[in-house]
Amino acid sequence: MKNDLPRWVDMGLIPLLNVTAAFLVSGLVVLFIGENPIQAVQEMVFGALGYGEGFGFTLYYTTNFIFTGLAVAVAFHAGLFNIGGEGQAYIAGLGVALVCLSLGETFPWWLTFPVAIIGAGLFGAAWALIPAWLQATRGSHIVITTIMFNFIAASLMVYLLVNVLKVPGSMEPATARFADGGTLPFLRDIIPAFGYSPANISIFWALGCCVFVYILIWRTRLGYEMRTFGFSQSAAVYAGISPTKIIVVTMLISGALAGMMALNEVMGQAQKLQDNFVAGYGFVGIAVALMGRSHPVGIVLAALLFGILYQGGAELAFAMPAISRDMIVVIQGLVILFAGALEHMFRPSLIKLFTRSEPVLAPAE
Amino acid sequence: MEDFLIKLPLLLDSMIRLSVPLLFAALAGLFSERSGIFDISLEGKMLGAAFAAAAAAAVMDSALAGLLAGILVSVALALVHGFASISQRGNQIVSGVAINFVALGLTVLLGQAWFSQGGRTPQLSPDGRFGELTLPFATQLADVPFLGVLYEGIISGHNILVYVAFLMVPLSWWVLFRTRFGLRLRAVGENPAAVDTAGVSVVWLRYRAVIVCGVLCGFAGAYLSIAQASGFTKDMTAGRGFIALAALIFAKWKPVPVMMACLLFGLLQAIPIQYPQISLPGIGIVPGQVMQALPYVLTVVLLAGFIGKATPPKAGGVPYVKER
Repeated sequence: MKNDLPRWVDMGLIPLLNVTAAFLVSGLVVLFIGENPIQAVQEMVFGALGYGEGFGFTLYYTTNFIFTGLAVAVAFHAGLFNIGGEGQAYIAGLGVALVCLSLGETFPWWLTFPVAIIGAGLFGAAWALIPAWLQATRGSHIVITTIMFNFIAASLMVYLLVNVLKVPGSMEPATARFADGGTLPFLRDIIPAFGYSPANISIFWALGCCVFVYILIWRTRLGYEMRTFGFSQSAAVYAGISPTKIIVVTMLISGALAGMMALNEVMGQAQKLQDNFVAGYGFVGIAVALMGRSHPVGIVLAALLFGILYQGGAELAFAMPAISRDMIVVIQGLVILFAGALEHMFRPSLIKLFTRSEPVLAPAE
Repeated sequence: MEDFLIKLPLLLDSMIRLSVPLLFAALAGLFSERSGIFDISLEGKMLGAAFAAAAAAAVMDSALAGLLAGILVSVALALVHGFASISQRGNQIVSGVAINFVALGLTVLLGQAWFSQGGRTPQLSPDGRFGELTLPFATQLADVPFLGVLYEGIISGHNILVYVAFLMVPLSWWVLFRTRFGLRLRAVGENPAAVDTAGVSVVWLRYRAVIVCGVLCGFAGAYLSIAQASGFTKDMTAGRGFIALAALIFAKWKPVPVMMACLLFGLLQAIPIQYPQISLPGIGIVPGQVMQALPYVLTVVLLAGFIGKATPPKAGGVPYVKER
């Protein structure tokens, strides 16, 4: 596709049009159910931003989506599609729980937290290692292997929770609650207006990871190699970049970032390791990365938007019982469709629109 | 051991029942992927079809109407995937992910809005379901040793869709390997430029492949909600679309091996149901989760190339650009 559009159209207008199309179709779905879409949007925005506790929940969801969005984005830069954030985050929860259970009794949270970050990163990266290595050395399609690893992770974690980690005598497949040193301070401890929302200080670590990803991708040699590899594999090989190294290192970073999500959920919100705590947040990362165009700033904005959707959607389900929380999943799917698979749909007409106003060059004689 | 023998016919019976949705979906994927369109949205199409089938069957009280509605919705979703991957040359994986989410959300959302039963559809009457058929002479032959059990207990007594599924295997083989359409479909998945040069439309061929994929996913979904169960429940496909995808890869994109792989994965699902406590000498009791994870582990091992090599169609996942 020829790129003769102004930069602001390419980077700003087209993504905006795509996301608008997704929301318009979502509005049609609401109309089809027989509710008023404008009223639904008002309910959602108020539920997510209109009062302290709601905003706290929005920030809590946003934290998850920043981590999983960054994970998908880093892989995108190297031309890889990591669809396994779900499984990587699930396994990372085990790493976080092991750290919190063993250190939480004796150490304060600010000593446990760095170790838990390492635990989350190591376990998440480890779950991405095998698909990465198979892609790099055996050519197995990474999309398929990471999907398979999501299911394997689910079986493994259910087995561990039910047979190994469960509190004896309890029916719930979950570990014991962590001691205070194994939990993160809530934002509500600092700002009481956040009510009972589970937003916690892991959001600052999420923002830190955004800075890390920005520096990694645009300011380091490794990031340059990753982008080169993503742009053209043959050119990268010609330039002496090792495909095996790039694929494995990129996926380890991606898996580690996905794993960080467990800090917010396991150490922050639940304060114990629960069955299926990832609950699809890993997949939301795909929508967030596509919408944020794989740039940390875009990802923060997209994650905030999805945070608003998740919290607002929960409130909407109370206000309009005909619209259940599953509306969010539909919107998420439509965003992935319009911002991802159909991203070039509006491009031809925009090219026509923007080139018509400029003088047409006379053919050279 | 005696217990094992008594339960064996039951095990094989449930293996067949559990492999049917996998078989429909894997054959669906076979047509799509052989034409060069990767499809990870088998799951979403099945789910959409399962909901549409159960909703239509409940409202119209007819299993056939349900099946048609299921196929219609599944084909519609397949056309969205086709539009994104063929006409718009979008990323086929991204499009597949999108369709899975839209189906997952929309089925429950509409189910709740229409029937107010927490996303379920109403319980179906016998007319709204595909009932079990007793094949001719099954009851008379039941007492014949071995063959009688095989015929009466395992082959007979399924609903019509089970037999349709297994008939689809030779039919798919015939279409793909003995018709002109099949030859062109396979060619377009390997080398679309050559097909284009021969004056055959790549776009129209791929659209037809995607529509066939939609029809078969429609059968898979309808089987789940109006033949195996009697109504739709949230996320009732529960990853079967991905197991079907695994079976397709495991079978190296060939129809008869697809059936074998689906039977194997159906067996792996059936074992924990019939034998909740299996113990192997030296290992002890095998946890049910091992059986659940085994299809995925086997597929990864196969993809890694340690047992044979699974080579996907060469042009799979690559949009066709004519100008090049």
